[in-house]
Amino acid sequence: MKLVIIDYGAGNIKSIQFAFKRLGYDAVLSNNPEEIKAADKVIFPGVGEASSAMKMLKASGLDTLIPTLKQPVLGICLGMQLMCKSSEEGNTEGLGIFDVAVKRFDNSVKVPQMGWNTIANLKSDLFKDVKNEAFMYSVHSFYAENCKESIATTTYSIDFASALQHNNFYGVQFHPEKSSTEGEQILKNFIEL
Amino acid sequence: MLTKRIIPCLDIKDGRTVKGVNFVNLRDAGDPVELAKQYALKGADELVFLDISATLEGRKTMIDMVLKVAEHVNIPFTVGGGISSIADVDVLLKSGADKVSINSSAVKRPELVNELANKFGSQCVVVAIDAKQIDGEWIVHLAGGSIPTELNLFDWAKEVESRGAGEILFTSMNNDGTKAGFANEALAKLSETLNIPIIASGGAGTVQHFVDTFKDGKSDAALAASVFHFGEIAIQDLKEALRENYIEVRL
Repeated sequence: MKLVIIDYGAGNIKSIQFAFKRLGYDAVLSNNPEEIKAADKVIFPGVGEASSAMKMLKASGLDTLIPTLKQPVLGICLGMQLMCKSSEEGNTEGLGIFDVAVKRFDNSVKVPQMGWNTIANLKSDLFKDVKNEAFMYSVHSFYAENCKESIATTTYSIDFASALQHNNFYGVQFHPEKSSTEGEQILKNFIEL
Repeated sequence: MLTKRIIPCLDIKDGRTVKGVNFVNLRDAGDPVELAKQYALKGADELVFLDISATLEGRKTMIDMVLKVAEHVNIPFTVGGGISSIADVDVLLKSGADKVSINSSAVKRPELVNELANKFGSQCVVVAIDAKQIDGEWIVHLAGGSIPTELNLFDWAKEVESRGAGEILFTSMNNDGTKAGFANEALAKLSETLNIPIIASGGAGTVQHFVDTFKDGKSDAALAASVFHFGEIAIQDLKEALRENYIEVRL
């Protein structure tokens, strides 16, 4: 099993690498297109601001590579958002893998949403052995709208898509690597897809 | 629904927990990694590590500790103490910390909040504020509460929010160490004036104090040290009691 975490300078990738290590897998950090293409599974992480993260992706040519990948790809947090059509954050054009727009929470709730919330309407093998309404840890100010590609939803001011799937592409808004044993189960499921 | 968070806080000096931790079933109560693992197992939602090392050597040991915590613990954690630059934060985040907490360095140079938020995102920037109520006014203090500033708590909190802070950790010096409850009036005012999460700190003594700070103080999270370290309150029991009081928690 060759597991690659895309390293393009955005975010806390050490935690993801450690989470896989706890599951018994060595994940490699890479921005090398050949190495990414050759992986069995690809993790696309991201923390921070959308437009600057997209700039870093473009600078390394990864923006054109990622949508062409054939193996299972898992976007996490901002990684998932960048796989969407667009983001209100910095008026960013996304990779367009998921046909959905990313919007900002309105101020009827505290922004960012920070902490543990439940995921429901689970609709993918990614959530095998994960119970409906399991708690996941998230930190985000922007969300993907609920859409036909939603494989999990969460409620915070509105119902939004907390996970998405399109063919071999998966995305989760929450941080499975920081979401205790049930989060680790999701990472395990991804490896076993 | 987004749940209220319970956050144990560990004081770290030269890579070891200090101020006393008396935890049952723990081989080495001074080892922060062991303690962090126990807290994660027992239902803590997040952890805060406060570095009180005064030496450069102690700071380096802290980085090693952060790496080990990130390796072995599967819940988020914040690191605070002595952070004053982008470089300080960069190394902590790269070592696996989820958030950093800044305090005096933000008061001395408020632009630091903007710089960190722009560089790393607001989600990882916690601004810790220590304040004391003097003649009815909440005054921000530095150096663990020993040095008063000119700043008013609410004005300062509003300012750091506008500069990009993602969260406020408010410690009431009047309540800290008293075990008489959190400063709920000030907390509620913070929560109503700001639109970022507020962590209550200082004064936890009983389960009821946590109920009160979530209800009356409108806090998003509550932080405590000794009541958890000495087993006076078990996190599981606390969360069950909160749920009985219709406060949403992760159980």
